[in-house]
Amino acid sequence: MATLTTPLTEDSVRSLVAGEKVTITGVIYTGRDAAHKKLVEALDRGERLPVDLRDQIIYYVGPCPPKPGWAIGSAGPTTSYRMDPYAPRLIEIGLRGMIGKGLRSPAVVEAMKRCGAVYLVALGGAGALLAQRIKKAEVIAYPELGAEAVYRLEVVDFPVIVGIDTAGRDAYAQGTAKYARAGG
Amino acid sequence: MREVNAADITAATREMCIEACCVLPDDVRAALERARTAEESELGREVLSLLIENADIAAGQQVPLCQDTGLAIFYVEVGQEVHVTGAGLREAIDEGVRQGYRDGYLRKSVVADPFRRTNTGDNTPAVIYFDIVPGDRIKLTIAPKGAGSENMSALTMLTPADGVEGVRNFVVSRVVEAGANPCPPLVIGVGVGGTMEGAALLAKKSLVRKVGEPNPAPHLAQLEREILAAINDSGVGPQGLGGRTTALAVHVNAGPTHIACLPCAVNIQCHAARHVERVI
Ligand code: SF4
Repeated sequence: MATLTTPLTEDSVRSLVAGEKVTITGVIYTGRDAAHKKLVEALDRGERLPVDLRDQIIYYVGPCPPKPGWAIGSAGPTTSYRMDPYAPRLIEIGLRGMIGKGLRSPAVVEAMKRCGAVYLVALGGAGALLAQRIKKAEVIAYPELGAEAVYRLEVVDFPVIVGIDTAGRDAYAQGTAKYARAGG
Repeated sequence: MREVNAADITAATREMCIEACCVLPDDVRAALERARTAEESELGREVLSLLIENADIAAGQQVPLCQDTGLAIFYVEVGQEVHVTGAGLREAIDEGVRQGYRDGYLRKSVVADPFRRTNTGDNTPAVIYFDIVPGDRIKLTIAPKGAGSENMSALTMLTPADGVEGVRNFVVSRVVEAGANPCPPLVIGVGVGGTMEGAALLAKKSLVRKVGEPNPAPHLAQLEREILAAINDSGVGPQGLGGRTTALAVHVNAGPTHIACLPCAVNIQCHAARHVERVI
């Protein structure tokens, strides 16, 4: 199984193939609806982002608050398509990976192919299990957004599957086609 | 008239929120295990094993199964011989939600206004459906609902001529289009009949039925089987990565409707099919 360490390189990302299992070790950043809106608005105003996203991974997650003794509460992926209106902008400024669940728009896939970014999928609804792979969490931007703030996470062996690769191959479409029955 | 103190309702509600979010009901766990045995896809079996492991971690450590601890949705049956004292019933439930979501380290996912989108900070207001019933008890059912599956739900106003086939096609195509988005394997709630909003509520209420328990009416049980088979022929599978188990069950609820109407709603429930019942 391939291991990805952040920051990523374009070469390592371009060598990933849809359907492949991968683990991630290193720093990743969180961001979901409200944070994406703010990041893209900041870009529109020509401002510097509160975090340098070049060669980094954004995890689409809004975690639960941590119980005492835990780095973070339950922390599984949220549905990615809601970030589709914003993702191409971030990919164009160098974002290398996204972790979420579910389908993406053609515009996102196009940007991924052009710029060399990968879409990784984590197990939706397995927030308790995934939280155990997150060793440290701190809010680094937009604290007023609560669970939607941007967190810096330190992860070890965080399990994902390559959902869509830089050639546009899609693990969901491939898996579904393999098991589809006539009439289904 | 039996008197029930609002504080007792708050205490019960608080516990129900935490239990619902941390402990996967036995019937859902059993359905995941059956699916794991039957699943043809190796990756699908692995996904199902991880979901079962996740449920065990959550229950063992008392942490939420899924970070989306949802809108707190309540069905409340109030016996007409009960009198609630000390506070309003709605207030008592909201206070329990406030305490449960705080003390259980659950995520607060409610925004006060759909456009301004400021978080209310305590997961209130709860969504509460009241029903007046005979007797002197209050039955509370909580079913926290995450957005991933709620967002994939849909409603259509069919015509009587569309019939069973119209319902089947609408539901199956909605679920298959949703693909991986709502975290399959799913439980599919279908509401047919009533009015526009009535069909939606019939669909939602069907989700608190035990997973896979058929509708007692044979023609509706038949429809449940047909829709389930068609959905599982799609190949979407666990997490949408391919396989046989796209849905664990289909629950159809039907109700009286207008001579000109055939409302049909599909409310999609993810594998985190959380619900807890309590009678006070
Ligand atoms: S759809 Fe369900 S399992 Fe998936 S993230 Fe939402 S609440 Fe959790």
